[in-house]
Amino acid sequence: MWMSELPPFVPFFLAALLALLTRGPLRAALMLAAPLLGGLHLWFDVPDGTLLSVTLLEFELTLMRADRLSLLFGYIFHIAAFILVIYTLHLRDTMQHVAGLVYAGSALGAVFAGDLITLFIFWELLVISSVFLVWARRSASASRAGIRYLLFQVSSGLLLLAGTLVHYRYTGSLAFDFIGIENPGGWLILLAFGIKCAFPFLHNWLTDAYPEATPTGAAVLSVFTTKVAVYTLARGFPGTDLLIYIGAVMTCFPIFYAVIENDLRRVLSYSLINQLGFMVCGIGIGTALALNGAVAHAFSHILYKALLFMSMGAVLFRAGNTNASDLGGLYKSMPKTALLCIVGAASISALPLFSGFVSKSLVMSALLEEGQDIVWLMLLFASAGVLHHAGIKVPFFAFFAHDSGIRTAEAPRNMLLAMALAAVLCILIGCLPQYLYALLPWEVDYWPYDTTHVLAQLQLLCFAALAFVWMEIKGYAPPELHAVNIDAEWFYRKLLPATVSFLRRATHPVIGVLHGIRQNYRQTLNTMYCRTSLADYHLAASWPTGSMVLWIAIFLGGYLLLDVIL
Amino acid sequence: MKHPDEKQYLFDKPENVNRFLRGFYAVCGLLFVLDFIIHRHASRDWEQLPGFYAIYGFVAFVMLVLVAKLLRKLMMRREDYYDVDE
Repeated sequence: MWMSELPPFVPFFLAALLALLTRGPLRAALMLAAPLLGGLHLWFDVPDGTLLSVTLLEFELTLMRADRLSLLFGYIFHIAAFILVIYTLHLRDTMQHVAGLVYAGSALGAVFAGDLITLFIFWELLVISSVFLVWARRSASASRAGIRYLLFQVSSGLLLLAGTLVHYRYTGSLAFDFIGIENPGGWLILLAFGIKCAFPFLHNWLTDAYPEATPTGAAVLSVFTTKVAVYTLARGFPGTDLLIYIGAVMTCFPIFYAVIENDLRRVLSYSLINQLGFMVCGIGIGTALALNGAVAHAFSHILYKALLFMSMGAVLFRAGNTNASDLGGLYKSMPKTALLCIVGAASISALPLFSGFVSKSLVMSALLEEGQDIVWLMLLFASAGVLHHAGIKVPFFAFFAHDSGIRTAEAPRNMLLAMALAAVLCILIGCLPQYLYALLPWEVDYWPYDTTHVLAQLQLLCFAALAFVWMEIKGYAPPELHAVNIDAEWFYRKLLPATVSFLRRATHPVIGVLHGIRQNYRQTLNTMYCRTSLADYHLAASWPTGSMVLWIAIFLGGYLLLDVIL
Repeated sequence: MKHPDEKQYLFDKPENVNRFLRGFYAVCGLLFVLDFIIHRHASRDWEQLPGFYAIYGFVAFVMLVLVAKLLRKLMMRREDYYDVDE
């Protein structure tokens, strides 16, 4: 079709440019063409090992490095972008269309970047384009959340740049291959990736901004940023032990918040971190099986998480909110959305025959093979937890539970089509995992469907669901309430502003006293001066500094004039 | 909005909900019994305990919800909590 070295971000940036100039069906066609043609091109024309470098100011930038790892992420990003373009077709919002295309293109640019400078450029483009998907909500709280999002992401970019420079000093190489944490540059880069991957205490930008984004924007955001981070971790830090423990914490702590959170899109944001934890854990183990598991989980996760965010986007679009306390009974007016949401819920819960099962199993098996029993038990606990918030809570409180009385229309047709595509892929991957396994970067000899595995997983999930039923009937389940739950963001959203205003208040008396002293001093000088005979002179009618400045200006001007004339 | 003469939906009838729940209980019971019939390959001793996964799933879930309720006591604030200082 085309030359194989065409970097995959080019069609997206072109389409973004043209989307600015067009509207209506023409723009729709252009937006659909970018991921479709780009994806087909990547699948048919780009073999493993393709390289494209350009030289810029003595540096050789590798704009395109295609190997099995980057290609896998390239494929799924194209698929997701295609689905998401369909999902946003009903919009008449140039800002979101253009930002979405640039955002998806930047993600592809980052994934195919062969050196750290190119990665940095796309890292920053990802930030600048994605924040508009938050701001496009056009509300005061969204614009504030967008600023906080920017602060985190820009810090991540700065750390990446600083880390790149330090890494270059130590190794003399800018290539983006295994980085590791042997030199301080590696640590800085790991921190940069960690912010984007929502490591504990660095995660609040995600749970803050995604629920504030537009109905469609949250679905788009859920796909790219964090998965670019997973890719970069898999490329730069495989087998880093620290990541096993970070990943295990990431799977466990967000689920507690997800249980008590009311906004279902925020529940999904917490569950997104939980899913990232499984991937980070797999990267930390670093065996072929574990790394395959991490990237396979990223692949299937992108589809089911986007599906869940799309279904909640449809609910937000039709019902006006996504609060568990205010929704319920929506299956009556949005039955198709409800069904598609359940497919996403089954996939994320790793029910056999759905996509989450075939990818999560790889990570779990790798953990046992490496003797990480405690971490394995933590992840098993988190798997039961996923069932609570993403598997049951999201579909149950939105579409079933008590009837809220909300009657609305089914989701627009383009939204349904997009969700249906994602749902079909979730089931296909779950039923025919061999096709996904064949794409994985490392040789894998694994099959998830044996009696032991299926039975164990079904028991785990069904009895966790049984606990849900029991607690709902007995009234032990926590009620859904309008509230804010304090998280790490407390430090910068509460402690920091409170400290500043406290300091201002605490120093107020001191500043007042100083102010008073100055006033007194001036007045004393004034009265003393007025008693002198100097005060009778004409030029001294005002405070003498004024006239002094005037005279100095005249003298200086005179000198300058003399200088020019003579 | 809801109309009084609106048609009855699937889960408006309590007997449908009960039918669904009874089916679910049956599946759970079957899965638990299967543990004694089918031999699971286990790489660890504790995995070999009959009903290990079922019990783990149930207990994990209950623990999760109970701890989350405690967390709520500690962490829950009014909805405009952050708006005051910003």
